[in-house]
This record gives sequence, structure tokens and C-alpha cells, in this order.
Amino acid sequence: MDRLDELESQSVYVLREAYAKFSDLCMLWSVGKDSTALLWLARKAFFGHVPFPLVHIDTGFKIPEMIAFRDRLVRAWSLQMLFGRNEEALARGATFPGGALTRLECCRALKTEALKHVLDGSWPRYRVDPATGEYRPVTDRRPFAGVIVGLRADEEGSRSKERVFSPRDRRGDWDVADQPPEFWNQFKTDFAPGTHVRIHPLLDWTEVDIWNYIDREAVPVTELYFDRGEGRRYRSLGCAPCTGAVTSTARTVAEIVAELTTGSLSRVAERSGRAQDEEDGGGLERLRSEGYM
Amino acid sequence: MDAGRSQRRRLPVTFVGHVDHGKSTVIGRLLADTGRLAAGKMAAVRTLCEQTGKPFEYAFLLDALKDERTQGITIDAARCFFRGETRDYLFIDAPGHIEFLRNMISGAARAEAALLVIDAGEGVRENSRRHATLLGLLGIEHVIVLVNKMDLVGFERAAFEAIAGTFRAFLGELGLVGAAWIPVCARDGDNIARPSARTPWYAGPTVLGALEALEDRPGGEEGPLRLPVQDVYRFAAGGDRRRIVAGRVASGRLAVGDELLFLPSGKRSRVATIEVFHGEAPTVAAAGVSTGLTLAEQIYIRRGEIACHPDRPARVAGSIRASVFWMAHQPLEQGREYKMKLGCGETPVVVEAIERTLDAADLSVGGAADRLARHGVGDVVLRCRRSLALDVASQATETGRFVLVDSYEIAGGGIVREVLEDAIDAYRRAARVRELKWIAGGLDAAARRVRYGHGPALVMITGPVDSGRKDLARDLERRLFEAGRHVYYLAIGSVVHGVDLDLTGDPAHAEEHLRRFGEVAHLLLDTGLIVVATARDLGRRDLESVAALVEPDPVVTVGLGAGYAGDPFVQVPLAAYPPHAEAHARILAALENAGVIPRS
Repeated sequence: MDRLDELESQSVYVLREAYAKFSDLCMLWSVGKDSTALLWLARKAFFGHVPFPLVHIDTGFKIPEMIAFRDRLVRAWSLQMLFGRNEEALARGATFPGGALTRLECCRALKTEALKHVLDGSWPRYRVDPATGEYRPVTDRRPFAGVIVGLRADEEGSRSKERVFSPRDRRGDWDVADQPPEFWNQFKTDFAPGTHVRIHPLLDWTEVDIWNYIDREAVPVTELYFDRGEGRRYRSLGCAPCTGAVTSTARTVAEIVAELTTGSLSRVAERSGRAQDEEDGGGLERLRSEGYM
Repeated sequence: MDAGRSQRRRLPVTFVGHVDHGKSTVIGRLLADTGRLAAGKMAAVRTLCEQTGKPFEYAFLLDALKDERTQGITIDAARCFFRGETRDYLFIDAPGHIEFLRNMISGAARAEAALLVIDAGEGVRENSRRHATLLGLLGIEHVIVLVNKMDLVGFERAAFEAIAGTFRAFLGELGLVGAAWIPVCARDGDNIARPSARTPWYAGPTVLGALEALEDRPGGEEGPLRLPVQDVYRFAAGGDRRRIVAGRVASGRLAVGDELLFLPSGKRSRVATIEVFHGEAPTVAAAGVSTGLTLAEQIYIRRGEIACHPDRPARVAGSIRASVFWMAHQPLEQGREYKMKLGCGETPVVVEAIERTLDAADLSVGGAADRLARHGVGDVVLRCRRSLALDVASQATETGRFVLVDSYEIAGGGIVREVLEDAIDAYRRAARVRELKWIAGGLDAAARRVRYGHGPALVMITGPVDSGRKDLARDLERRLFEAGRHVYYLAIGSVVHGVDLDLTGDPAHAEEHLRRFGEVAHLLLDTGLIVVATARDLGRRDLESVAALVEPDPVVTVGLGAGYAGDPFVQVPLAAYPPHAEAHARILAALENAGVIPRS
């Protein structure tokens, strides 16, 4: 087995464990390369099916191509996908682009808060009809007990310490100093009522692994990752106001891989284009302990 | 694109040792000295150190979390990727503080090799030994030993040899061999990526060199086939009609056409196809691969069983002897029940005995005890409340190790040293005890036999859904009754709603359902009746379990459908919906052969 085969087998194993152990299971889909690769892995694990809903948190400020790509894939692959947002904050303009909040506060409101409430069912959920592409409200507000997330250990410091099955307490908090042991592919799958669990099938993948896999499997990703003649591309996707493009002429996945392994980006951090990380020395660490992905 | 490079194997290596002996510094220095740090990373850490008024340390490159930087110790195992010359590495920095032992285990258990760091000034300490002991239990054979902070002993050869000598003897007792012994000063980079001028007496490899010299672990394809069943899928969407048995091959390999034996149920079937999404379906699946297969004969199996080749079967255990390590605050206690998880299977287990405790810090042996404290290691006897397929760890590693769960938490881990009793033997033993304790009436079985003109027997009819079990049973009951036999029809479903009221349909209760059904059948048999019973989809082990429970009364097993053809344990294999006259004749013949009814 080569490395991608090993990584794929392990991720598939984790996805199947999650599906066997949780009846209220969903998978976060940011529409970025990692969670789209994860979606592909789910189709591998379940032989072409995705037997749980995808959940997308729409901040209202996502780069428009991301939403178009999302809706296109929902129709092409007949996906069950739910989305939700912080409607109240958006209506009041209580955001960073609205001038009311810092970047970090805005992340907390539009992502962390929205995620928490969409997952626990206290805020409205919508779905994209896979047949027509139309948005419809969803009446089912069952809370999700298991949430599959595509984060990777190499993204930044705090993620390197995540468990594959990572319990959150009632408030959704993560206690990094008191994590359950995890070894021999035996995960924490027994829970006191009220806990929910984040499941991380991509922990051992690096950014280059993801691209190599996308290349090998021909996984579709949005055009934003490629240079379209402007000498720029996105390396990491987020909200339009806080996500900067990197200078790059990579037009294909192979060119991206070359750029990351030996080229101009081989020693630049992946999230360097994400402005909210820079606001505070441990900003992302603090956001994550509060429930940020 | 350099495809070869990106597809290289990534060797997982853990860094272990006593707190503050310098594990994180070794990794930080390795990254820095080989130019593998992201631009700005070093500067960022330097800035942070200035802000917080702390001297720069290479360890901070790893200790990502604020908490850890503040306390100066690693709390949880951090992963970090390293690109070597010949292959890539996943470095796992395990915490050295005793308080975080379970984090150390979480990190170390996934490694194929370990670097154990010992402080030259402090020498071998408690956790140096404890971690080495755990490496042995975790199955990690390659250990590179670093004697760090050689500056504290003036780079003296004698100081290095003294520590290495002591520790070499200790590793030997654990059956471990050091792959390399290296004097280093990680802070200054001596012998990390480059040979040091300060240890002219040392001719061995650098840390980097020793890592690159490690051999990859063999893939496990040579071992016996073990496929723990993770799930059975039937996704109806889009008209999909496949029934797919999913799992990851733990060892060995399987191919299309292979006959598989599923344990503990004992059911058999043949691999029809290996399924895959996107791409060409393979014809073999080997150790490590997550796969899915369809079976030629439809048999009912569930998560937790292990598929093997019939000539190299796994064991089905009633009780085992195991070496365990314990991580929970509450000690492991004799007489208490825990949940054991092994492969994808689980069962409650009772701690029958704690035979021996081992002080992991000095390997001194304690005798039998009634508890095993936190961070302790010991040999225990566990009785499985439900039968579970497993292996002795020395025969098949993956299916020979397990975790113990106590009140929602993984509290300990262990490896199977010995299977003490088979699960069927455990039933047999329980049935013997029951017979001894039985309060007998004034009549014995012989008196009933004379009165009824026949002896008791269980006719156990099984088969898949829609195979005509119940029709056949009712017809048989009527024919036997008309022939003057004392006979009663008992479907397993009749027991479910009374005797089994406290059980659910959870697959975990299946075995207990069957045990109670066996006990009810035994009661009826004790009255001298011929009991015609039906139950869906019983496998070899299920049939053996029922037989063990009603021993010594005879059992005639009748299997309907292709799945039972050729199974030597099924005395009367028949097609689904068999012609009743033929079935009746063959079952009668079997009852005659068993001496239940006189020959006609």
C-alpha cells in the first residue's frame, strides 16, 4: 500500500466507525478542498452513498463561487445537505464587514455561534433540493450527536493535538488537557447523555496529501484554488473579506502540488492568507476551544 | 510533480521519556537543523518568547498550545510531519509527565518505532522505565535510545556508557533491543542531524541517520486472515441491491472465491465480489485495506464478528489471561465488570483474578491482588459474558489486543496472552453446575421414557428468513403427535416477549436471547418432550451453544437453504421450503439414530 492508500483506508475506517456508533450523525462541509475530499472518502466508505446529511454554515460572506460549487455538487451527487446561518447578526450588521466587530469576534458570531445552534437545532435549517437546486426550510431540528469534521493536524498548532473522536461537553467546549485515550483504533464511543462528539477522519493528512488524493481520484474542487490568468489563487478558502489570495500561477492540481512541495509555497504556512489568525497570538486556539472548526 | 516522493511511506515515530529530559527539544532541533521549518516559524516563536520574557527553546516549536508554553511541559501528544531523505515521518511527541500517561499511550500506540530520551544529568528515571515497559506492551519493537544533555556530564564517554549499560539491561528484560544508542545535546544540535565534534569517541549514527536506517514494519499479509466485520450495509438508494460486509483487513489476505468462516457465529459463506466505489473492483484485499465484500450465500452476520479462513480460525473465548495497563483514576478491581472492545466486537467481561502486578517503574513483581491502581501493569483473568472472537496476541497482533471501558471511558488496554476456556465450554460448565443444583422430583427421565415410549430430544430447525421453518415445524409437530409422540413446538420468538422482556433487539443481546431460549428448551426436555424449535439464521456456534445448554439430551439440527449445505454440524440439511414428506422422513431417521424413538 502506498501512503494515499493507507490514509484512505484509515479515513474510511473512521467514517464507518462513526456511522456504526451514531444515529444522529452529520458531516460538516465547508466546500473547501479538505471537506470535499472527505465527502469523496465518505462515498468510498459507503460505496457511492452518503448515508448522513452534510451541514454547511453559510456566513453570508463566502466567496460566491463557493456557494455555486456547493449547489452544483448537491445536485450532481444527490446529496442531503443542510445549511444555516446567524440570521440575527447578519440582519443587524453585527459583523466585521459591517464595521461592528473585529475579525475574531465576527468568526465567533457567524461561524462558532451559527454552527452551535444549527447543530443543536435551536436555529433554522435549510436544505438544497437535490432535484431542483431550490432552498427549502427543514422542519427536522433533531440535534446532531456526532459531527464529522475535515480538520487536519498539520493546519496549525492546536489541531495537532486533536483526537480522532473528540468529545465536547454540553456547551461544545474542548478540554485539551483532559482528552480520552485513543489507541489501537479503539475510539471513545461511549458517552454520558448530553455529550456530543467531533470526528476527525483527516487528522493524519497533510495539505499535500489532500492535493495528491484530489489529483489521483479526480475529486472536483472549486476553480478558486487555481490561477485563472491573474497570477493569483486561493490556497485556503473562507469569507471574502478575510481571505487573501496567494501569488501563484498554478493552474492544475499537479502544479499546486509542485508549488507546495518544492516551489514558492513550500515553506509558507497554509493559513497565512487567513487574516483572523493573526489578530491574537493564540486566537485560533481560543476559538477552537470554544467550538470553532 | 515528483510523484514518487509524495507517495512515500510515512513512518510513525514516537518520542518518549521522563518529563523534562528533552523530547520536544530533540524534535525542534531536528526540524530546524534540516531546514524543514515553515518560513517565519522560528521568528514567530522567538518573538513570542521575548513577549513572555522566556528564553528561546527549540521545544516551543512543538509545544503549540498556550498552556504548554506557560507550564513548560507537553500535555498531549502532538503530531508533526518530517521529510527525510529516504522516506517521510510522522513524529509524535508524547508527554513525559506521569499525569498525562494516557496521552503518552495515545501517541505512542500508533508508532512503529520509538525514540526514548534520557537526561544524562538525571540518568534513568521512573518514566524512562515506565515508557519502555509500555512500548513493549504496545508492540513497538524498534527503540532508539538518546542520552541527552551530554553537556551536563562534560561529554564524557563513561557517563554515557553507564546510563546506556543500565538501560540496555532493563530493555533486555522487556524483550526489547535498542536499535541505536546515541549521545546527544539536543539544545546545541550535537549528533542530531550532524555528527558532533564534542563526542569524538562516538562512531555511531546521528539521530537522523538512525531514523533513516530503521526498517519498515512488514505489512501483515503473511498472517492468518482476520477481517473484523465493521458493518453490513444495504443502501437502497438509487436501486442499489448489494448487501455489503464492510471492514478493514487486520491481517492476511482474502480473494474472491475464498470460503470464509465468521466467528463467533460459526457461519460460512464464500466471497462473491469485492466492492469498491470509483475504480476497478479488485479480486484480493490484503492487510491494512478497508474493504467491502458481497457473499455468495446470504447469511445473517453482524458487526463484531471476525471473518477468517476455515483452516486458520480465530479463537472464540469464554475466558482469557491477559496483560493489561490501567489508566483510569478508579483502580481495576477484581470481581467488577467492564466492557471489553476488541476489533469491532465488544462484550462485558468480569475480572476473575488479578494474578500478578508489575511495577512498571522497576519491573518488580507483586503477587496476586484485588486491584490494579492507576498507571499499573498486571496479568489478569477475564471472563467474557458473551463469546467473542479473538486471537492470542503472539499469533495475530491486531485481533489479540483490546481496550477496557469503565463508565464511558477507555480505562485500560491489554493483550491476550492465553485463551483459558472456549465460550462453548463455559456454557457446558454452567449447564453442569445447573444440573448439580437441580432440585429433582420423584420421577426420573427413565420412568418418563417408559411411559411415553420415547426419549426427549430437541429438533432445532434454522434457516434464513423466508425458508419455511415454521411451516415445517408445525407439520412435524402434528405428524409426531399423530404418531403418539409427546411433542411441543417452541419458536424462539415465543420466548422473546416473556422470558426476554428485559432484553432489547440490540445485536449485543442476541447471545443472551439464545441462552435463555436454550434454558427454556432444557426445561421442556426435562419433562420428557420432543421439542420442535425454530430460530432464524443460527450459525455453527449458535447451534453448538444450544446443544451445550441442553446436554446431555440429544439435538437434531435441521438447516434450510444453501447456506447449510455441507456443514458437518447440521445433521439434516434441506433446501428452503423442502417437501414436508421428505423432511419428515429424514428427521425421523435422525431421531431414530439418536435413540430418541424406536426404529420403525
